[in-house]
Amino acid sequence: MLLSKPRLIRGGVRTETHKQPTAACPLEPLHPPGPLYVSLSQHIGAPALPAVRPGDTVAKGQRLGTPEQGLSAAVHAPTSGRVAAITRHPAPHPSGLAVTTVVLEPDGEERWADERPEPLTEEAERLEPATISHRAAEAGIVGMGGAAFPAAVKLNSPRPVDTLILNGGECEPYLTCDDRLMRERAAGIVDGGRLMARALGARRTAIGVEDNKPEAIHALRQAAASLGGAEVVPVPSLWPQGSEKHLIYTLTGREVPAGALAADIGVVAHNVGTAYAVHRAVRQGRPLISRPVTIGGGAVATPTNLEAPLGTPFRTLLHQAGGLRETPARVLAGGPMMGPIVPLEAALAKGTNGVIALTRSEIREAEGRPCIRCGRCVDACPMGLMPFEIANRAAAGDIDGAAASGLMDCLTCGSCAYVCPSARPLVQLFHYARGQRAERAAAKERTELQRRMAEQRAERQRREQERKKAAAAARRRQRAAHAQGGAEQAQGGAEAEPQDTGAEGSPPDAAPSGEETVS
Amino acid sequence: MYTAILVLTAMAVAIGLLLAVASQYLKSPPDETAEAIEQVLPGTNCGQCGLPGCSVGARAAADGEIPVDFCPPGGRAVAEEIARITGRPMAPASDDGIRRVARVTREDLCTGCLKCIKACPTDAVIGAPKQIHGVLPEACSGCEACIEVCATGAIEMVPEPITLANWRWPRPMEENDRAA
Repeated sequence: MLLSKPRLIRGGVRTETHKQPTAACPLEPLHPPGPLYVSLSQHIGAPALPAVRPGDTVAKGQRLGTPEQGLSAAVHAPTSGRVAAITRHPAPHPSGLAVTTVVLEPDGEERWADERPEPLTEEAERLEPATISHRAAEAGIVGMGGAAFPAAVKLNSPRPVDTLILNGGECEPYLTCDDRLMRERAAGIVDGGRLMARALGARRTAIGVEDNKPEAIHALRQAAASLGGAEVVPVPSLWPQGSEKHLIYTLTGREVPAGALAADIGVVAHNVGTAYAVHRAVRQGRPLISRPVTIGGGAVATPTNLEAPLGTPFRTLLHQAGGLRETPARVLAGGPMMGPIVPLEAALAKGTNGVIALTRSEIREAEGRPCIRCGRCVDACPMGLMPFEIANRAAAGDIDGAAASGLMDCLTCGSCAYVCPSARPLVQLFHYARGQRAERAAAKERTELQRRMAEQRAERQRREQERKKAAAAARRRQRAAHAQGGAEQAQGGAEAEPQDTGAEGSPPDAAPSGEETVS
Repeated sequence: MYTAILVLTAMAVAIGLLLAVASQYLKSPPDETAEAIEQVLPGTNCGQCGLPGCSVGARAAADGEIPVDFCPPGGRAVAEEIARITGRPMAPASDDGIRRVARVTREDLCTGCLKCIKACPTDAVIGAPKQIHGVLPEACSGCEACIEVCATGAIEMVPEPITLANWRWPRPMEENDRAA
């Protein structure tokens, strides 16, 4: 049941929004002339496998990467052109590591592929649920609010889902691209929501939008009134209202249990941008090849909103926004609360909702002074945790203790670090502790793998030994039989023993030969 | 003759019974600690600890003859497990914590002789005769057996390549750390 009145979440912080510079900037389509760096790992899960070769000519919307087995997503050409190389290029990831990337040189023709999926114009209710999730997978759609989880997997929920929530929270400061999308393309979002609800079998759809975006709420309400199927609910403007768990609680009153998924309580939440991408995939047969993105921050000359092709380097995006006014203290992919610091060479990915270049005055260098036990982080934590406790344990290397204090329930939303008067690097400590935990699990798995491989090798060697023994025995018997036969012939015996040695035992060649191969 | 047969049979039965009873009551107690340690060891018998095989190492660790972090391929994870089993404290990490794996760094020197493939206790080296071999980093225990047998020096130990899957956040610095 949807609540008539949204519930207020616990904790959270009211940040300065910094949304004014870009809230009035419409989404401008961008066609960069330079090469696009289309990464094959823009999503959670295994990287896509290259489907093109260097030198190939590709059309717009043609597949560049095929999804790997299991959790993965397809990648498509954002424009027509030539594949200049398949190389390694920095990813918009906190590590800044290079990942396999298709470098595409646009020919400027924007020529679409001949074979595109048929646009489906039927009412959402007339379409098969499987068709919709299949289209979403085909189009390579992933969560566009930042998580980049393959959307088709979430649309194929094995559990019954009664409520679909579209997340129009956009509570990160500086970012306004979802706001613009909701204002300009409300009908597409509402239609996408209907398609998703159909795929999930959800009876109700609620779009949660922060109440600092009245134009978006108005536009969505108008679209919902004419298309039907969705309820638009204004929610308080508070960080982290756009967190999946918190938006679900605000709109339905249901809490996602620790360690569980939203689908476990019958709810699935998707970003409004994802809904729009599903609308385009079904209604226009268009894969996910561009996305709305806010270019902002004090170091940018003219902050703006763009609809940019995936793979546009951040440097090009910043150039499009009038270039940099001054050397930024840091450049973030996403908002300032959770966005990672990224290199300028990295390129726009499916989950990148902002490129924010901050000046020195806009950031706080974390000096990390000692904790004074003021407890403000506890008040601010929207998950009801004690951040200082988790951080202290993490800093002391007590990873199990940190996990026992709720490390894995943390959203890494940064509310605690935002209010900390000692400017402790709390979120970094949480990330560090999670990394160490993951490392331990990986080491254990690796030891298991090596143990298994060693055992299998020993087993194989034992079998080989036995086979050799059997073969030697067979040879001995053969020789013995020969010798016997020879002796009888020498004696002039008329009845020679039948030469049956071939049937006796198994000759070496008859043994299964599959084990000979080198692993 | 029958007497002799009877006497010998009786003796055999008596001694057999005696041995059976003795083995029941006088057997050395099974070393549960050593068995538990052997369970967490990689079981490749690589010999990097300087002992002949994992079960010998497990017994030595259970008896407290060697430190809990005696197993180099097991790394910190295995050392922590052994510390938990034996109840002995973890020594501070003696290495930089970076896992090293074998890698065919000089592909021009690899003759495809298969020697390293035969030497590898975990089948981590792949390849075919007269083809350049390769090492699967996740299956490599770091025992260096392949390096010892390589006639051309084509294989070297290198830090495990960092990917998005095994990259971890570094520990952030705080004022306390800087003072220390």
